[in-house]
Amino acid sequence: MSEFRNIFTRVQARGPAYYGTLDPAPAWNRQGKAGFSHLLGRFGDAQIGPIYLGWTGMASLVFGFAAIEIIGLNMWASVNWDPIQFVRQLPWLALEPPGPEWGLSIPPMAEGGWWLLAGFCLTASIMLWWMRVYLRARALGMGTHVAWAFAAAIWLYLVLGFIRPVIMGSWSEAVPFGIFPHLDWTAAFSIRYGNLFYNPFHALSIVFLYGSTLLFAMHGATILAVGRYGGERELEHIVDRGTAAERAALFWRWTMGFNATFESIHRWAWWFAVLCPLTGGIGILLTGTAVDNWYLWAVHHGVAPSYPPSAVPVLDPAAAVGATP
Amino acid sequence: MTRTPTTRLRRLGAVLLPILLSAGLAGCEDTTESTQTGYRGTGMVQFTSPATREALALANAIPEAQPPASDEGPRASELYENVQVLGHLSDEEFLRTMTAITEWVAPEEGCGYCHNLENLADDSVYTKAVARRMFQMTWAINDTWKPHVQETGVTCYTCHRGQPVPANVWFQNPGPQEAQGMARTDTGQNLAEPSIGLTSLPYDPFTTLFADPAQIRVASTTRLPSGSDKTIQQTEKTYSLMVHMSEGLGVNCTFCHNTQSFSSWDLSSPQRVTAWHGIRMVSDINGTYIDPLAGIFPDTRKGPLGDPYKANCTTCHQGASKPLLGISMLQDYVAALGRAPAGN
Repeated sequence: MSEFRNIFTRVQARGPAYYGTLDPAPAWNRQGKAGFSHLLGRFGDAQIGPIYLGWTGMASLVFGFAAIEIIGLNMWASVNWDPIQFVRQLPWLALEPPGPEWGLSIPPMAEGGWWLLAGFCLTASIMLWWMRVYLRARALGMGTHVAWAFAAAIWLYLVLGFIRPVIMGSWSEAVPFGIFPHLDWTAAFSIRYGNLFYNPFHALSIVFLYGSTLLFAMHGATILAVGRYGGERELEHIVDRGTAAERAALFWRWTMGFNATFESIHRWAWWFAVLCPLTGGIGILLTGTAVDNWYLWAVHHGVAPSYPPSAVPVLDPAAAVGATP
Repeated sequence: MTRTPTTRLRRLGAVLLPILLSAGLAGCEDTTESTQTGYRGTGMVQFTSPATREALALANAIPEAQPPASDEGPRASELYENVQVLGHLSDEEFLRTMTAITEWVAPEEGCGYCHNLENLADDSVYTKAVARRMFQMTWAINDTWKPHVQETGVTCYTCHRGQPVPANVWFQNPGPQEAQGMARTDTGQNLAEPSIGLTSLPYDPFTTLFADPAQIRVASTTRLPSGSDKTIQQTEKTYSLMVHMSEGLGVNCTFCHNTQSFSSWDLSSPQRVTAWHGIRMVSDINGTYIDPLAGIFPDTRKGPLGDPYKANCTTCHQGASKPLLGISMLQDYVAALGRAPAGN
């Protein structure tokens, strides 16, 4: 009798490769043969492949490669094609959007044109990958939940790099492609618009982000904890509740008075994950377009806490009579 | 016994855990000390540690003052030829000042660093002209820039620390060599630059922001959009200058700001007002006193774009929120360095 262990899958049943439910009219054949990896089998399914590329997958990879290539070569050019500096400074290097002077016009390649082209290729790649996710789900007769969850992330990406810059009338409002540069951009964005922490949609987004990790941990832990009673067979428990589901539900009712069901917990997880970028995107979209200083907005609406003034009043020296700014 | 692997793992843990814990504790010989500087819950806290304090004390040791001099007797201008800026001093005070400046600026090179030793009145050495201008600059700092330097004031040593060229200077930074043609992006940022705390922000915030400090203000002053044209790129430049100040003074953002709203003066600490004057002071130092000397500085005292080495916050502060830890060396040299004499 195999033992159920909840850190690694210790027992791997290995039969012939499984090709699954067949798509009755595949546009492409699947590439490669199925192989097995014992190590991967400890974490997931040991079978690898065959993979389905399809025209959306191929086109997505081509555009994605072009985007990464444009970004990487621009970074390399910024250190004069020095391979050592490229590796050493890689986290600092970036492909920046056009400057404010260009508005929404198309600048020369060196002054932001490359950024536009890389952004176009990356967006095309992501959209094609979204189509691939949607079409493959349909081909398998599945629901399209994964595609719509992915679309929520794409919404945030498009707001940051396309929709908001277009509304603001300048590509320069968009995010640079780079590791540290996009983080410094984020901090500067918050400073320019008066502290994003007072943006309620930013707050909601954080709730759903942290909430997602919390829910994921609670669900994963619950299922592993009732694994010894067959709790990992969640679908069976949805329609025919067994002792695993009873114990798991009772556990949460004991500890917090309420429990999700074996079915609804997955809706909770999906909505928490999807609402994180959805609300975040709304928060970004409102910044600079509807609200220019979130701290002052929060003061106006009585949201920002106020603190007792310091013993020595601090006044703006530039506001003093006769002062230069 | 079927649970052998687990038991073995437990035993291993029992052995390893105390070792790891003690190793972790041994690494914490230096204790971080925090001081609350603002209202509770606002995160307005400054950090230091015994090791940091010790290092600062070592780096900011003050040279002993020259013995006091009498103010009696004829003036230096009557005794020596070609004394243009310190002619109002007594002979003793004049020589004492010369001795001090040699110790502060050119202890190894000696008098010859600025003077033709054959004829001390001769003006052929360029450093002598620079030194004259620096005396005038010091007067301006100690007199008109009191809102920044208070009564502590500065001396040559505040920046020079025994070196002809202060250790922390800046010059216009054209950035590294880039590829040419359509690959030359020239954004002026995204390189690991120590003077701005190794961020990827613009690496020369000084040229534009010291020239026009009003540009530092980027946050919107209205809750709803009202036509502010401040860009993210300008904000990054401001942010870069602020990181420089933080690094140069050895403090974090909350030394001056309540991060609830960086721009709000009523939430800020009084130090922010001092810093505001400091930015304008540096602007004056560079614009009025150092830049005009470009014609007489040799190339070895200039950046690649031909501008002289200039001052920023780190030039004086050198990692301390008060240069030389707030000890006033000026009090021993008020006659020579305190303010411009009448008619100069």
